[in-house]
Amino acid sequence: MDYQDYYKIHGVVRTASAEGIKKAYRKNACKYHPDIRPGADVGAKFKDVNEAYEVLNDPEKRAAYDQFGQQPPRDGHYETPPAWDTDYSFSESWTAGGDQEFSDFFETLFRRQAQTAGATPRDSHARIQIDIEDAFRGANRTFSLRTPAVGPDGRVTKENHNYSVTIHKGISAGQHLCISGNGEIADNLFFEIAFAPHPVYRPEGRDLYIDLPITPWEAVLGGHAVMPTPDGRVDLRIPKNARSGQKLRLNGKGLPCAPAGDIYASLKIVNPPVLTAQKRALFEKLAKEFSFYPRAHLKGS
Amino acid sequence: MKKTTPRGDIIDALSLHDLCRFCGAEETWVIEMVDYGVLEPKGSVIEKWRFYGANIARAKKASRLKRDLGVNVAGVALILSLLEERDAIRRRLAHYEID
Repeated sequence: MDYQDYYKIHGVVRTASAEGIKKAYRKNACKYHPDIRPGADVGAKFKDVNEAYEVLNDPEKRAAYDQFGQQPPRDGHYETPPAWDTDYSFSESWTAGGDQEFSDFFETLFRRQAQTAGATPRDSHARIQIDIEDAFRGANRTFSLRTPAVGPDGRVTKENHNYSVTIHKGISAGQHLCISGNGEIADNLFFEIAFAPHPVYRPEGRDLYIDLPITPWEAVLGGHAVMPTPDGRVDLRIPKNARSGQKLRLNGKGLPCAPAGDIYASLKIVNPPVLTAQKRALFEKLAKEFSFYPRAHLKGS
Repeated sequence: MKKTTPRGDIIDALSLHDLCRFCGAEETWVIEMVDYGVLEPKGSVIEKWRFYGANIARAKKASRLKRDLGVNVAGVALILSLLEERDAIRRRLAHYEID
């Protein structure tokens, strides 16, 4: 079990006042709040910040931590003192931030009693990442989560559980799935859907955006381009004299919810690499034939 | 390993009461969020309010901001609209950085 230096996490001295700790928490909570600054590192940092505050903000827990957790061993490893928790009783119920998971260090020092039967129902929240393709076709996926479970002695431990989840066709990011009565501590388990980053598609609500590379002659002459969609390939008509950045809409080809979203293809004109004298001559001919000057509107040029 | 059958119902069309339980929020707070236009339920009277899709995710995010940072309703409204703007820009940026 790794030792947690709660004072260091908040950047305060061990003699810091309650007010000083509160101040540090407010600052750090803003700095690392996962809703404000997304990213796995930040999320982990926020968890530490919350855990540290949970202890330091409670005079009873802080005193206990100061007594037993004062000297971090050199290797950062920590053993619980013998007969720990006979002097102090932490029988609090789950806090409002019940979706937070604390470190083993915290759980051992301040291990919480499970709520007994008949207590207020408790919900658990988690976020799962799915592929955009799954939202188009629907799928069954298994997610492994570390969730609390009640041991025979009434203590709460963390266990890995696999949850088999139906990904409904047409589900979009930010929607929630509910798995009710899963028989563990939580009454309802809510999964918030997030889309895994995709190299081709950029989801915005129920619409998908895609950059579609086209050749300079496709842009000028117009024509058809085969474009991938999560639902299969489609034939897209490119208008004559298409501009770079021009958006073409594929009605109803976005996420298949009701009403279905659209796909927007943003045209990106790409030059071919010209490596032979013969091909170069073609472009030289173009340069001679055209008296096109695209920078006319820029003053001073 | 325990074998399970796939399950999961999409959460949608929540009443005020259900939304409050889902977010761990007070009804008065949710009503204030509606007054500020942060949440837009369907239904003319409070008893008939139903919260849909993105509004549910918004409510949950807003309640986390309130709980963790002590932000008031006006502050939450401002943060959410700026975050949505920033996230859209981030997604665009991430896309260009793939190349």
